[in-house]
Amino acid sequence: MTPIIEMRNLTKTFGKGSEIVTAVDAVSLAINPGETVCLVGESGCGKSTTGRMVAGLLEPTGGQILFNGQDITKLGRDQYRQYRQAVQIIHQDPYASLNPTQTIRSILTAPLLRHKKVRNRAEAEQRAIELLEVVDLTPALDVIDKFPHQLSGGQRQRVSVARALTMDPKFIVADEAVSMVDVSIRVSLLSMLARLKEEFDVTFLFITHDLALAKYFAWQGRITVMYLGRIIEDGPTPRVITDPRHPYTQALLSAVPEADPELAHRKRQIELRSAEIPSLLNLPPGCTFHPRCPYFVPGECDTQRPSLETLAEGGRVACPVRKEVHLELLA
Amino acid sequence: MSSPKLDWQQEQHQENAFIPLNLEGVSVNYATRRGLVQAVRNVDLQLHAGQSLALIGESGSGKTTLALAIVRLLPETATVGGKIQYRRNGTEIEVLDLSNKEMRAFRWRDCAMVFQAALNAFNPVLKVWDQAWDTAKAHGWHDKTAVRAKLNDTLRFVQLDPERVIDAYPHELSGGMRQRVLLALSLLLDPQILILDEPTTALDILTQRTIITLLRQLKEEQNFTMIFISHDLAIAAELADRIGTMYAGRLVEMGSSDDIFYRPRHPYTLGLIRAVPTVTGGFEELESIPGSPPDLVDLPSGCKFHQRCAFVSDKCRTEEPELDLVGPEHFAACWNWRDVEQQLVANPLHRGVQPTMMAPRQVDRQPSEEQDA
Repeated sequence: MTPIIEMRNLTKTFGKGSEIVTAVDAVSLAINPGETVCLVGESGCGKSTTGRMVAGLLEPTGGQILFNGQDITKLGRDQYRQYRQAVQIIHQDPYASLNPTQTIRSILTAPLLRHKKVRNRAEAEQRAIELLEVVDLTPALDVIDKFPHQLSGGQRQRVSVARALTMDPKFIVADEAVSMVDVSIRVSLLSMLARLKEEFDVTFLFITHDLALAKYFAWQGRITVMYLGRIIEDGPTPRVITDPRHPYTQALLSAVPEADPELAHRKRQIELRSAEIPSLLNLPPGCTFHPRCPYFVPGECDTQRPSLETLAEGGRVACPVRKEVHLELLA
Repeated sequence: MSSPKLDWQQEQHQENAFIPLNLEGVSVNYATRRGLVQAVRNVDLQLHAGQSLALIGESGSGKTTLALAIVRLLPETATVGGKIQYRRNGTEIEVLDLSNKEMRAFRWRDCAMVFQAALNAFNPVLKVWDQAWDTAKAHGWHDKTAVRAKLNDTLRFVQLDPERVIDAYPHELSGGMRQRVLLALSLLLDPQILILDEPTTALDILTQRTIITLLRQLKEEQNFTMIFISHDLAIAAELADRIGTMYAGRLVEMGSSDDIFYRPRHPYTLGLIRAVPTVTGGFEELESIPGSPPDLVDLPSGCKFHQRCAFVSDKCRTEEPELDLVGPEHFAACWNWRDVEQQLVANPLHRGVQPTMMAPRQVDRQPSEEQDA
């Protein structure tokens, strides 16, 4: 199967001269149609930058992005337009991503008309109403003439999803799409997104810092963990969650607060050697996690950048020292 | 509910722990152009010494307003009613009757608050030391060396190197360090009560863990009395002895951490717990609560949750339930809490109980949510 999106050594640097920050460092990841991939990591790990490059909002500094097997920089004008329409992004903040001066009607009909997805205005409005129903904003006629500020955060995020759907996307980058929404509404948004996966054949790149959400949304998919611009581990979600191999993934999983008192008290705590995250301006040599890693091997970890190696249990891990070791997270 | 008194109900009255903070019928209203916003309504709350209490609920449930009412930091448009009694060393104070000057002394010395956005809580043009010295001076300290020694102690307690931090400006510190400095400052005057508003929100996971560990130490080793305010159930599960659920300005359930997480009796608490996944607890089916919180200017009749509630009955639409004893030291404001209990027997909150990997369960869902997530 040809991956719908494939990143090959994708790299993005910001700044110039001596002040260069490598936000994304040689990321390689192939996503097959129908798959759900969760990109997780802490702030500054490059997950959003990766998502924005995939959606065509940022130009990579190095490496390639392949859309259905074709390098997007080599696409012709029409093909490039097709790619941009097929790959949509949902932003984190529904208060910032919708134009406050436009009604929901014009937010949804403008792209339909601009890209000639419909023949006339009447058809555009019909389609807008359908899309509002798809994202469970019903009755659609109550919503369509409102301005974004008249809607709640959850409703706005649904409008963002409907707007992404105007282009009949095949691939959606959801960048922290539910992080700003209240807990009780989050799950219904997630199940709505999950439904799109089936009904519209959409492949998701779900970016989040919340491992519990990643686990829930991508249980049948994959989790990819990033640290300081690099992928350090990925694999089928159940494997990554229950049998993490990279010390950073283990540290993350053990540190996540659990919404369950018993689990919270049974979790094994992993002591890191340092609490400070290295500056992106001055990354440590070798494995970038080595100054904090409890399993640091001098002479090995601080000299060679570990490559992602395939695991028998599924996925890849960039830690030659610990890749075979299982760690029980609950005591 | 007039059921016969059980053993544990009698025990309840024998327990006579020291209560440094007692709220009775506390209400907060905001006057706005749209009308009166009833942000907090008739909250009774007792904080026991050495206890950590978490207030949970969604945005707009009144938890932050309630905390700000205790330290009287609400804007002028707010009116506070009820009683807020504070006790220390045998004296009792009615917080709402304090003069502004007395109030300034009360804050920080008796009841310190750690705010959510650690950068906004600092004065950006003052070094950490100057912020501490200002505070100490305002509370009648004159001895610089003593303040410095005390600050060094509290900074070391939050695992910061005083040398590195004390002469730094807030912007020179990372988010996690700032939150820890704020915690150190709040401990400066040995307050009896610490109120923490979303203490770990907006911090990275590993930094969050450092703060949680610190707060646990404060709780377990120093026996500190704390109130946490969090929309994140996980923080409550990690840190609280007792948990209060707030909804539309009211305290709708109050119980021990285990009661709330494993034996909730209010449908809203149950809804919140069923909406939040755990990481190491196996795969759980999640459910969201339909609808959205009510308009605080125009509250619905009866129970304020009835429009979103799966256990709703006719009585709920007309009469608002009061907190009722539903277990040892466990209260819920729901007419149908016994139905919630029944439902939990049929479909328990397993979570921590079954740590091993579970396959996704197939359960009936609404037609619109057929797909596996």
